[in-house]
Amino acid sequence: MIELDSVAYNYGGGELLTDISLDLAPGSFHFLTGPSGAGKTTFLKLCYGALVPTAGQVRLFKRDVRQMTRDQVAMSRRRIGVVHQDCRFLDHLPLSENVALPLVVSGAEAGQEGNLRELMAWVGLSGRADALPPELSGGERQRAALARAVIMSPEVILADEPTGNVDWDMSQRLLQLLVELNRMGKTILIATHDLQLIRAAKVQVQARVLRIKDRRLQTAGADL
Amino acid sequence: MSLAPISLRALVRGDSRADRVVPPTGFTARLTVFTAAAMAFLAVLALALSLAAGRLATTWGDELARASTVRISAPEGQGAAQVEAALRVLEQTPGVASARALTNDEQRALLEPWFGPDLPLEDLPVPRLIEVIETSEGYDGAGLRLRLQAEVPGAVLDDHTRWRRPLVTAATRLRLFGWVSLGLIAAAVGAMVTLAANAALAANAQVIAVLRLVGATDTYIARAFVRRFTLRALGGAAVGTGPRHRRRPRTGRGRATPVASSPASPSGAGTGSCRCWCRRSRALSPFLPPPAPRGAFWRI
Repeated sequence: MIELDSVAYNYGGGELLTDISLDLAPGSFHFLTGPSGAGKTTFLKLCYGALVPTAGQVRLFKRDVRQMTRDQVAMSRRRIGVVHQDCRFLDHLPLSENVALPLVVSGAEAGQEGNLRELMAWVGLSGRADALPPELSGGERQRAALARAVIMSPEVILADEPTGNVDWDMSQRLLQLLVELNRMGKTILIATHDLQLIRAAKVQVQARVLRIKDRRLQTAGADL
Repeated sequence: MSLAPISLRALVRGDSRADRVVPPTGFTARLTVFTAAAMAFLAVLALALSLAAGRLATTWGDELARASTVRISAPEGQGAAQVEAALRVLEQTPGVASARALTNDEQRALLEPWFGPDLPLEDLPVPRLIEVIETSEGYDGAGLRLRLQAEVPGAVLDDHTRWRRPLVTAATRLRLFGWVSLGLIAAAVGAMVTLAANAALAANAQVIAVLRLVGATDTYIARAFVRRFTLRALGGAAVGTGPRHRRRPRTGRGRATPVASSPASPSGAGTGSCRCWCRRSRALSPFLPPPAPRGAFWRI
């Protein structure tokens, strides 16, 4: 689904990532870990086409990112749900409209009201549907971001520190949601530096742990 | 990057959901409306000015260039003879198409604005006037003046150049000034569009990033923003040109070009289109300020 082949990325001051190869298979569950500033977010951006690699090849759904037009990148975003580190909502729209935004921009919102209600209930935000994003707590924002990422029923979900600023209980709930999605057949990639979360997940799903170290991607796992 | 052309129909029809993704208000919005209003007002003003000046210059140039006057102040009793002599001289002068002595009635009409209708013209030593129309080649002014001096002692030739030339020059300058203003306004509009686009992009960078993140195409985003800003600019332009238009609804197309309309045109000719414009501007009402109360500054 998402393939990286000897990928390197360089923001201009030396390479941040070097020689990274990975194939995200359908239905797999990956954790991406590494110290802060190691390039986790950059790695995820490469995975959803927000950045073009400076060397190597990234293929989204068998298409080389370099050959894709901007519209094709937009279309592939509809198949990849992204939970951003800072969530990023449209602050002037109520939560329900923010969650439904992917449907609106792809022109597929007709007849989806039931789905939207169901999804809001699933992430436990039914009561906050009319609240504006700035009024939400950190955990609510993270759950809303997850709901927005999955509303198009994407094949892949990329989450950047989804439990970054929530307490342990809330991070467990978010993890539970992601595990459920994985059981429904979605491919999941979570960037986090929370090792406890990874341990908790390993009990429930078969998760592979990737670590960025010295600009390269290593397979961890056994040592956790 | 390729942007599909945004069709005009889609722009007019709009998409209520797409409209909502653009933040509703902001500093830039008010500035866009204000600048568009000011620019439209100034553009109409400059256009009016240059058209008026052009008209004036043409009228003065055409009418005065071909006409001159011979004024005869003769002692009592010699008036008719001197007029006849002057007419004879004029008829023989090459370059004069026609010469005609004004009748008493015409002279009275000329003096009426100053002395009233009951002027006893016969009792006053009013000089007689002869209207001279030139051919396109014109006549030799100095030669004619010498001949008149010799044959008709009381005749003075006034070929209007003395006061016509500075007036025509002034009107031409005014016209030039108008066009230069119009050019400046066009350049300022260009600058305003660039600045507004930059400001809007900066202010809405976050919105655009979010929309891209959730899979919106460039066309979708551009359409939402273009529609919003086009309607705002139209609303502003309506505010800028509307009041002038309501005051002098003369032209048939619903545009406010007061001076371009001839005074001879029926004064009510444009009222229908004015109503039509008001109806149209109601469609833009969300972008317009509430209607001004009676006695607003432009109605006084």
